[in-house]
Order: sequence, then C-alpha cells, then structure tokens
Amino acid sequence: MTTPLLKVRGLKIGATVYPPGEKPHDIEIVHGVDFDVEPGKVLGLIGESGAGKSTIGLATMAYGRGGVTLTGGTVEVNGRDVRQAPLKDIRNLRGAEVTYVSQSAAASFNPAKQIMEQVIEAAVGQGKFTKQEAQKRAVELFTKLGLPDPDTIGNRYPHQVSGGQLQRCMTALALCPEPDLVVFDEPTTALDVTTQIDVLKAIKDAIRDTGVAALYITHDLAVVAQVSDHIMVLRMGQMVEYGTTDQIINNPQEEYTQALVSVRSIEHAEKQPTEPVLRVKNITARYKGTNFDVLHDVSVDISPGQTLAVVGESGSGKSTLARVITGLLPPRDGKITFAGRTLTPDQPSRSLEDLRELQMIYQMADTAMNPRQTVGTIIGRPLEFYFGLKGAEKQKRIQELLDEIELGTGFQDRYPAELSGGQKQRVCIARALAAKPKLIICDEVTSALDPLVADGILKLLLNLQKIEDVAYLFITHDLATVKAISDSIAVMYQGRVQRYGTKSEVLTPPYDDYTDLLLSSVPEMKLGWLEDVIANRKMESAGN
Amino acid sequence: MHPILILVLQRLGLGLLLLLAASALIFGLTEILPGDAAQAILGQAATEENLANLRAEMGLDRPAITRYFEWLGGILTGDMGTALTNKLPIGDQIARRMSSTLFLAFWAAIISVPLAILLGLIAVRYQNRWPDKLISGITLASISLPEFMIAYILVFFFAVKLFWAPSFASVSPGMPLLDQLHAISLPVAVLTMVVLAHMMRMTRAAILNVMQSAYIETAELKGLTTFKVIYRHAFPNAIAPIVNVVMINLAYLVVGVVVVEVVFAYPGMGQYLVDAVVKRDVPVVLACGVIFAAVYILLNIVADVVSILANPRLRHPK
Amino acid sequence: MLKNIPLSAAIGLIITGTYFLAAIFASWIAPYGMAETVGDVWEPSSAQFWLGTDQIGRDLLTRMIFGGQTTIFIATAATILSFTTGSVLGFIAAVSGGWIDQVMSRLVDLFMSIPSLILALVILSSIEATVVTLIVIMGLLDSTRVYRLARAVAVDISVMDYVEAARLRGEKLGWIIFREILPNALSPLVAEMGLRFIFMVLFISTLSFLGIGVQPPLADWGGIVKENKEGINFGIGAALYPAVAIATLAISVNLIADWILNRTTSLKGGRG
Repeated sequence: MTTPLLKVRGLKIGATVYPPGEKPHDIEIVHGVDFDVEPGKVLGLIGESGAGKSTIGLATMAYGRGGVTLTGGTVEVNGRDVRQAPLKDIRNLRGAEVTYVSQSAAASFNPAKQIMEQVIEAAVGQGKFTKQEAQKRAVELFTKLGLPDPDTIGNRYPHQVSGGQLQRCMTALALCPEPDLVVFDEPTTALDVTTQIDVLKAIKDAIRDTGVAALYITHDLAVVAQVSDHIMVLRMGQMVEYGTTDQIINNPQEEYTQALVSVRSIEHAEKQPTEPVLRVKNITARYKGTNFDVLHDVSVDISPGQTLAVVGESGSGKSTLARVITGLLPPRDGKITFAGRTLTPDQPSRSLEDLRELQMIYQMADTAMNPRQTVGTIIGRPLEFYFGLKGAEKQKRIQELLDEIELGTGFQDRYPAELSGGQKQRVCIARALAAKPKLIICDEVTSALDPLVADGILKLLLNLQKIEDVAYLFITHDLATVKAISDSIAVMYQGRVQRYGTKSEVLTPPYDDYTDLLLSSVPEMKLGWLEDVIANRKMESAGN
Repeated sequence: MHPILILVLQRLGLGLLLLLAASALIFGLTEILPGDAAQAILGQAATEENLANLRAEMGLDRPAITRYFEWLGGILTGDMGTALTNKLPIGDQIARRMSSTLFLAFWAAIISVPLAILLGLIAVRYQNRWPDKLISGITLASISLPEFMIAYILVFFFAVKLFWAPSFASVSPGMPLLDQLHAISLPVAVLTMVVLAHMMRMTRAAILNVMQSAYIETAELKGLTTFKVIYRHAFPNAIAPIVNVVMINLAYLVVGVVVVEVVFAYPGMGQYLVDAVVKRDVPVVLACGVIFAAVYILLNIVADVVSILANPRLRHPK
Repeated sequence: MLKNIPLSAAIGLIITGTYFLAAIFASWIAPYGMAETVGDVWEPSSAQFWLGTDQIGRDLLTRMIFGGQTTIFIATAATILSFTTGSVLGFIAAVSGGWIDQVMSRLVDLFMSIPSLILALVILSSIEATVVTLIVIMGLLDSTRVYRLARAVAVDISVMDYVEAARLRGEKLGWIIFREILPNALSPLVAEMGLRFIFMVLFISTLSFLGIGVQPPLADWGGIVKENKEGINFGIGAALYPAVAIATLAISVNLIADWILNRTTSLKGGRG
C-alpha cells in the first residue's frame, strides 16, 4: 500500500459566530473526520449545504474562512501536520504542494490583473519554475484544457473571457505549480448544464494527464461519480459513508447515501393532453429600451391539472415567458387564452378572477415573502383578498393549507426568517394554493434547495396537483426535475421553442441537435457516463 | 477613441453642466427670496422711490436672467464686482484670501490624508480588536461635535492652559514659514480632526471591502506573504476607492474651513463669506458661494474620473 | 420589544429622554428666568449657580436648559420636515419611476452638489433668520439626503419578489406602499432619522455660532458658545458646556440609531 499524500485524522473545525443580539460564541462545524488521499487519486467529498465539505477542503491548506479555525486532530500533507506547522511552512505548502479551485472563478481572479500573471504567480513565487518555464507550462495547460487561443488568452483580463473559460483558467492556475494535491470546490456548479460537462471533462483529463491527486467537493453525486476514485459522504460535519465510487453509487450502505443516490426517482405517469387551460399563441416579446426580441413566436398549451415543463439554459427566454403570461411584460405580438378567456396583455388591466386563477411561486423563497409578515398573514392575505374570509373562518382555512403543505400547527405566528429553506418554499406554495388557482407558474422553485429537500418539494407539488387539480407551468434548467414531474415539455433555446410535445414525444429520439446536447448534458449516476456523452455529441455547447 | 476617454469626457461635460446649474441655483436663491441689495443697503425704512432709484443705478431693475449672465461672465473673466459694504473690488479680496485658505487647507490635507489612510489600515489590520474599537470610538466622538466645539476645546487646553499655540491664527505675508505654521497649528489640528474621522472610517470600509474579495483568498492560497497579498492584489483594487474617499473628504474640508476660520479669526475665504452674510453683502456672498461650490464640485468630479480610470473593466473593454 | 435591550441602547434612551424632558419642561425646571441677570460676570460654579454665570451674569444652567429647548425644538421640527418631505418624495419617485423620478432625482443631485452650509449661508444672506425660516431652510436642504435614502430603499424593496407577488395578486398601490414597502423601509429610515437629527443639532448650532442662526435674546447651544467664547481666553470654560451637551446628546442618539439598525439586520439575517 502506498503512503497517503493526505492523511486526515480526527479533524475538528470550529468557528466563531456572531449572531445579532447575542454574544459571539464558538461552535464546532466539523466533528472529527478521517480520510486519506493517495498520490494521483481523486476523493469526492459530497454533502448538502452546511455539511462542512468546503471547510474540510480548505483545512488541507490550513485555511479557514472568517472565524473558522482547526481545533483538533491532524491534517498531514506529505507526512507533515499542517495544523501544527508554523505559518512559514504553511505558506510554502500553499500554492506549491496544495492548490485550490473555487466555485466562482469570476470572483477569484483579480479583476485588475491579466490572467497569465495570476496563473503563474504561485509557480514562480514558490520558486518551482522560472517565469518563462511557468508561462510555457501555462500555455500547455490552456491547450490541454481546451481553451481557445491558448497562446494569447493569458494576456486577457478576467472579465474578457466567459464563465466556463475562466473556470478552466482557474484549473490551469491550480495545476501550473505542479502541485501534489488540488482542491476543487464545486468548480462546475455555477455553470450552465451544457458548459458544465465540458469543463468537467477538461478537469478530469487534466487530472489524469498530470497525475495529480485531488479532493473534489460538490453537492452533486452524479458529477462526483464521473471524476473520483473514492467518495466520502458528509452530513452536518460528520462522515456518513466512505467507499469506492462504484460501491457508493451502486451499493450504498447508509440510508442517507441511499436517499442521495435515489433522489429524483419520482415516478410520474404521463397524462394525455386535453382541452388546454392556458394557450400561449405566437408570442413575441422584448424588454423595454432594447432592440432585440427575447421571445420569438412562442406557442405552448397547458392542459388542466397537468404539468408543462419549460426547460432551457440561462438566456433561453424561459423566465421571460413567465413574465409575459403573468402580464408583467406585455408581448409585442401574440395572444394568451386562459380558462377560455383572452388575457389582456398587461397585468393591471386583468380581472380579479384572472389574477386569482393564475398564481406564481418563485425560485428564492427568501425574497418571495415579506420578512415583516407572519406565515399566517402571508397565507391569509389571498384568502381575505380574493374570498373575503375573516376571523375564525380564515384561521381554519390557513390551518388546512398548512396541513396540506405538511407543516402542521405552530407555524402561523412565525416569521419567514424562522423557517428553513424547504419550509419557506412550502409556505409560498400554500400562499399560491390559497387563491384556488387553475394554474401555478413555478419558476425554478427547487433550484436553490438541497437535493433531498428539493425532492420533498417536488413530491408535495405532485401530490397537491392530484388533490387540487391545478396545472403547473414548471420553469427549470434541470432536466432531472423535468423527467420527474412533467406531462409535456417545451425545450427553449435562444428565445424559441426548440422542441415541444408530450413528455414521451420530447424524450424519444430522434432529437434535434440542441435537445440532444441538453439531454445528454445532465449528469447521470453512472460510471463512465461522461466519456460516453462527450464521444457521442453532435453540437458544441454555447458556453465555450 | 478609446471608450474610457469618451466616458471621462462625458463625466467632465456633465461636471461643467452641473457647475453651470449650481451657479444658477446660487444666483437664483438670492433672487427669488424677498429683499435685494438695494433693500439691504437702504434698510427697511427706505421709501419706494429711493429704492427704485438705487435699483436703477445698480441695474437691479433689469431681468434676472440678463443679470445672471452678466454676473457669470464677470466671474469667468475674474471681475466679481464690488462689495456693497466697502465698495472694494471683490476679486482682489478673494485673490488674497483664497491663498490664505488654500494654505490652511493644504496643511490640513497634508497631515490628515496620510494619517487617515494609515489609521484606516491599522483599523483593518486589527479588525474588531482594541485598536479598531478605539479608532471607531474616537470617530463617533468627533462626528458628534460641531467643528467650532472641537476648536474651542483645543483652544481651551492648548492655547489657554498650556500656551503651546496661539488662539488666534494671525498670519502676515512677511512671516517665516515656521512661524506661519505655528500660528495655524490649532486650526490645522481642528480641520484634521474633522475630516480624519470620516476619511478613516471610509478608508477602513473601502479596504475591508477589497480584503473580503474572493481574489484575496486566492492570493492567500497561493502562499503569498501578507505583504505581497496587499501590495499585488489588494492595493491595485483599493487605490480607486481610497482616492475617492480622499477627494470626498477634501471637499468636506471646504465646509470645515468656513467655521474654523471664524473661530481663529483667520483672514480667509470662509470668514469673508460669513462676514458678508452677516452684513447682507449679496455680491460677496454670491462670489464666495460660487467659488466654494465650484471647488466642492471639482473635487467630486476628480473622484469620479479616478474611479472610471481605475476600473479594469472600463480600461480593458471586451 | 424592550426586552433584550442592550446596555448601550438603554443608556442612549435614558440620556436622550432626559434631554427631551428637560427641553419640554424647561420653564418649570430652570432655576431662573431665561434672560434674567442674577449674578456677576462669569461667576464660577457654586451651590447657587450650578454651572456658574455667563458673560453678562445670567445663570448658565438656566441658559443651557432654555438653549437646549430651542436647539432641540428647531432640530426636531427640521428633522420632521426633512423626513416627511424627503421620504414622501422619495417613495413617489421610486414607485412611479419614469420622468417624475428623473426630474426629482436630477434636482436633488443639483442641490446635493453644493454643501448645505454654503447653501444655507447664501439663503440667509437675503432672508431674515427666524425660528420658522431656520426650520424651513434646514429641513428642506436636508430633505435631499432623506430623499436619496428613501428612494434607494424603496427601489431595493420594490424589486423584491414579495412586492411583485402582491402586484400579481392585484393589490392596490396603497397596500403595496404601506403594507409591503413601508414596514421594511422603516428601520433604516428611523435609524437615519437619528443621524439626521444629530446633523440638525450640529447645523443649527453652527449657524447660531456664526451669528446667522437663532438671534438673541433667545438662547440656544450654539449661541451660548458665541456669547461666551471670549471667556475661553481667560480660562473660563462656560463656552464648553454646550460642547458637552451636544456631544452627549449626539452620541446617545447614535447609540439608539445603531441599535435600531442592528435589530433590522437581525430580522433580515435569517435564523439565529
């Protein structure tokens, strides 16, 4: 057995928190974690937000954000404990033996300096290479990572290249000093799905070709399955399960891991279209003060009690479509029919009934609820506003709605700040249901949530659809969600409906090139998936 | 033309427009309010006939807009008219007093700017520890007192009790520089204290803002020394906000100067302005007011232009 | 809401409260008449005159109490004027947008491009300084700053999803302004109100000190400094009492404003 490059034993990490109105105090966020990384191997760290995975990643460089400090255990890199090492040794380790790739390359590059200068800074500063050698190596890495114009891209400033490219530059920055270990902290999370797999592939090839070891941190098990040799599942600062990638994906032992692996395994039988409740016909729209259309001739139908998923990447026009339907952005051309009535283009002129029957749920539940109103007020207002309910009658209905969203008693008097992310989204659902709508527009309602929480919300929405017979217009970039809940699908690309039909029609080949790219880009929890996809692609992602 | 040059020229053009509008506002404010120069000279008891005669003599009977452009033209050519009270040309007075005021402001700036930046850096370095808390405590205290109060407290202790410095800042042209500096030591100290607090606080915020950026973390994770992190990564990005802070506070000095000159009987622009207000000498008030406003606006324009020039996104467009 | 009140805020509330009570009940608690000459020039403090006497033999404590009344009254009235004007116009600009917003905002830019003290001096050179004109001048000049804040806060809030949700529900403008925007704008505005009040106290004191604010025989804190400033050269500290009064009032109002701001962030800052 080889000696581990990184050996972590009993690692405990603490932080000082400053809750407003209370005295600052110390809490423990990682409670004793053990793992090894052998030379040239990749360990995936996976967990939900708050699991402590980024904190552990940074701990390998003896770095703590804010008030975070290593409080116990050992972190040995190349046989030396960085927790006890003097600052000088730690500086020699950072940027030489261990390097770091962050989630947001856009923020992690200094806006005032050229990319090349930043990429070679650690390699030169640590005395590993001369400036010329480092620059040569950087160009090689740019080439390997598939960046355009590898010879000159280093002369550009960070804001002059795209997000996907900058993330590759950050990888080059980390690999340039020939480190022993690279910490990848959610390197593809901020990217569009079709860009993500290209970057993922580039990172994977670079790891393989340079023989570097890596810690790959992500919340997405399907992503980590593509790049890592071993996986450690973390939850609330503790290890849940550790094993080879094959074992974790195909034979998870712990209940929590099983839940993570089987997430989005919702079964939903597709319904056949009937007389539509909402009919969007030939909509063309542009934003005020611009001179180009963001929607071109868009037509879709939604049947009562069914779900239409509108799927696309950022900039595809899917959220604009929602704004047009709600009347916030009157279209330049086209017609919308709702429950047999023609909707006026602008929201203020719509009848109360139109407004009531068409409700909306937002991506960020945080900003969708007035922080100064209690849950009772938030859910109660539509009851009062649309149905004139008051007093005991209103309270009774509020309680019914709270039961429907599985929150139960005791939530009426709470403020949004006192709820968890999933609970907040449930309250928003209850507010929409309170109006007894025929259609709810769901705008990326699960994308800000952890997978298991999102799963719960989707199940709730499907359940409510059966009970209330409400239709959903489900806007999302996440194809796994689409497959789980939709009856029909509209794929949007650059403001146009690229492909439209029932779920089975849309998801059955032959595909057009874009749909193929989009569908194939959704990471699957299958070993070797990444290579297959890249080999079989017909179209390049726009993000490159 | 480089796009950034266009932006700078646009900003300068807007600044000139603002200057023009500000001069019109100042002129207009003395016009729309009841009472005019003639009334001020003759007093409340004057008869309508006398007033009308004097107005005709002074040209006050012509439309305001004509007089505004005459006045503006005069100011631009250095002819600021004559004072009502002593019939002396305002331009001569201002030229002399302007240099006195600039002398005072110059030394206040020379001391306060480096001091504020240094203290701001110390506050950042020892964030949330006692030096930071001490500095923010002093800041709170000094922004809670008007300038003249700080002035008298300093006079009371340093001039009257300790005899370290004179309580009146009398400076004459022939005086050696060191004597002059001694004479203005207290007013300079007051001005320094007044702008120091704001400048320090804003510098602290500007540096903290940069130090909390993700690219600073990247630099630290490259194993760079603290000095290199600050010098190579923080400094290039902090320079623009700091220059901005300095300019805004130098503009603030303009206001401080008015009060401090009165306290120390210092023969500068501020005292001239306040005297004129008390004596209702409108032409002098207009001339001084417009000069103070112009200095204030110009410093703010410089701050804006520096921000534009320092922004890498604008300097290196896509 | 008075539970969990931090010590600093409690001190701030007590001191501020004391000053306001003293201002309201000045005629009852002042030992002598406001303009009454009761002793020699600049007598030191004694059992009879707690703070001594001023430059013409009036009781300084009495002068301070009445001076506080004038200063606090003018500052309060000007703050209220500045706040109502500034926030109403700011909200209107934010909610209506378009040319109304443009015209008002550019005008405010113009006023703010000149320091308020200079503008006040220009105005006071051609208008009589009375309590009313001072309040109006100070209140209106300062309302530009409140306008900017109120507009910025309202713009920030009105793009929140919950305001959009209310619009989509079909709520009227009244509900949106008073139930959705105002409760969330209140805390920053109230905290700012504290700071504006301090600024007003400093402003009126400065004007009076320069001799163009409150006119004698009315006492105010700035005026007391002006009247007694000669004494400083003889080592008599009569002119420094207003400094203490202004500083303690300003600091205690600051403490309250800080507390209010922190309470806001704790509500927005999520759990914990």
